[in-house]
Amino acid sequence: MSRIVNGPMFTEAPVAPFRPGPVGTHITIRGLTKYFAGWPLYENFDLNIPKGKIVSIFGPNGCGKSTLINMIAGLIPIDAGEILFDGKSLKDTRIGYVFQNYREALFPWWRTIDNIAYPLKLMGKSKAEVDRRLAELVASFDVKFDLNRYPYELSGGQQQTASIMRALAPEPEVLFLDEPFSALDFEMTLFIREKLQEVFMQTHTTMMLVSHDLEEAVYLADQVLLLTKRPTTISDILEYSDARPRTIQTLTSPSFIETKKLSLEIFQREVRK
Amino acid sequence: MPDNQSQPTRQPGWQASQLATGAIVRKPFEWGSLLPLLGPVLLFVIWDLVVRFGLVKAILLPPPADTLATLLSGMLGGDLLQHFSVTLYRTLLAFGIATAIGMPLGILLGSNVRAYSSVEFLIDFFRSTPSSALIPLFLLIFGISDINKVAIATFGAFLIIIFNCAYGVINARKQRVAAAKVMGANRWQIFKDVLFWESLQPSFVGLRSAVSMALVIVVVAEMFIGSENGLGHKIIDAQQVMNTKIMYASIIAAGVLGYTLNILFLFLERRIVHWSGR
Repeated sequence: MSRIVNGPMFTEAPVAPFRPGPVGTHITIRGLTKYFAGWPLYENFDLNIPKGKIVSIFGPNGCGKSTLINMIAGLIPIDAGEILFDGKSLKDTRIGYVFQNYREALFPWWRTIDNIAYPLKLMGKSKAEVDRRLAELVASFDVKFDLNRYPYELSGGQQQTASIMRALAPEPEVLFLDEPFSALDFEMTLFIREKLQEVFMQTHTTMMLVSHDLEEAVYLADQVLLLTKRPTTISDILEYSDARPRTIQTLTSPSFIETKKLSLEIFQREVRK
Repeated sequence: MPDNQSQPTRQPGWQASQLATGAIVRKPFEWGSLLPLLGPVLLFVIWDLVVRFGLVKAILLPPPADTLATLLSGMLGGDLLQHFSVTLYRTLLAFGIATAIGMPLGILLGSNVRAYSSVEFLIDFFRSTPSSALIPLFLLIFGISDINKVAIATFGAFLIIIFNCAYGVINARKQRVAAAKVMGANRWQIFKDVLFWESLQPSFVGLRSAVSMALVIVVVAEMFIGSENGLGHKIIDAQQVMNTKIMYASIIAAGVLGYTLNILFLFLERRIVHWSGR
């Protein structure tokens, strides 16, 4: 009697061919599935994030805006699906992340400057390279406070500025911002918003911004990604293409008002569903 | 971390605050700053009155001035100093051994939750068992020796340290770990750059209670385990011969030791864990 040794225990399920996004796509999300406590948050979710653009994510409470960027940034494991950056996996991609709660994002045991240098040291850069990059960052952020102080000695806005500098230090391909202004007062919000816009105009880093403030979401965005209630799907993607630098005048321009109005309508439709 | 380029431009705000702290301001003498002294002075006066009016038998309570004089002469080169030093030595030795083993082990256990849950019950159980209840057991193992007193104090201090260090790591701010992870730190880097530092503050709380625990056990052990020296021995010895002056002086010396150790650790904690509570 003949026996098959090490025969196949199961047959491979046919793998769906990869569907690339349109030209200029940076991040492709395919078949993303995430369950929370047995309930689907995302199910077979597909999304293309364009390269060199700012995408603002807006949607009802609990629809998983932060969860979405956390999954893309690899902070929350996904149940199924694939996320690629220019065809590469996260492991081969440099990313930066700015948290809402800056107090628990910086490391208080090190001076602020060492916090900013940390990602560079993780990359194994030499002291000279680190110093050069730090000098560049200090110049481009026009830092007016003492970076040799410990983070807890700085104001909230200064700490968040330092967080953004830290996130940008390794020249990331993608910058994730999770409600970066929510813990700041209005004055600091305006200041950091302008800084972000400046940095974006210099570097054209792809950015994903989660925001609960519609005005701020539209103001910074090239695209506004509107999500539905859970299980979360894409409700709409609005393009907003006013030229940069955008200013206070932008806030009263017809195209801004139109985009904001439309976003609000879609948002309200989703909330009432 | 290595030094960094200095920042020549300072914000006006910082300068202002520096000026405020640097300036010498002559303030009128504040009587309120003497308040902490009031308690001890009152106690001294009441003690003295109680003895003077004979409310307590003189054999049970010596006059406070005599007691303090005994304490001072004993501590300034007398034989009380010798007992004091022996107790201090045993306490620090036990604490040192407990720290050297407990701190690395606690941090290691804390960073591996599965490992910790497998020994959690043991640690909690023995932490809740009064260490003094184990003295007879340690007598059996180590015999009536000097090592015995140090061993049991080490055991008590060790459990406190391992528990606090492990919980310090377990309760590290998740977001700081996430921040390091997103910057590409590997497990070892997250451990040495985030978890270790996060655990320092709760660890210090552990170290402080551990040194107190070590002192308590050392003194108890000195009383009951055929000891020839140490404050515990001195206290029980004085009690046996009803030399209450020496007994009280020794008790106060033990108090001074415990209090000083506590203050010292608070000071160290503020220096090392400079971000604590901010």
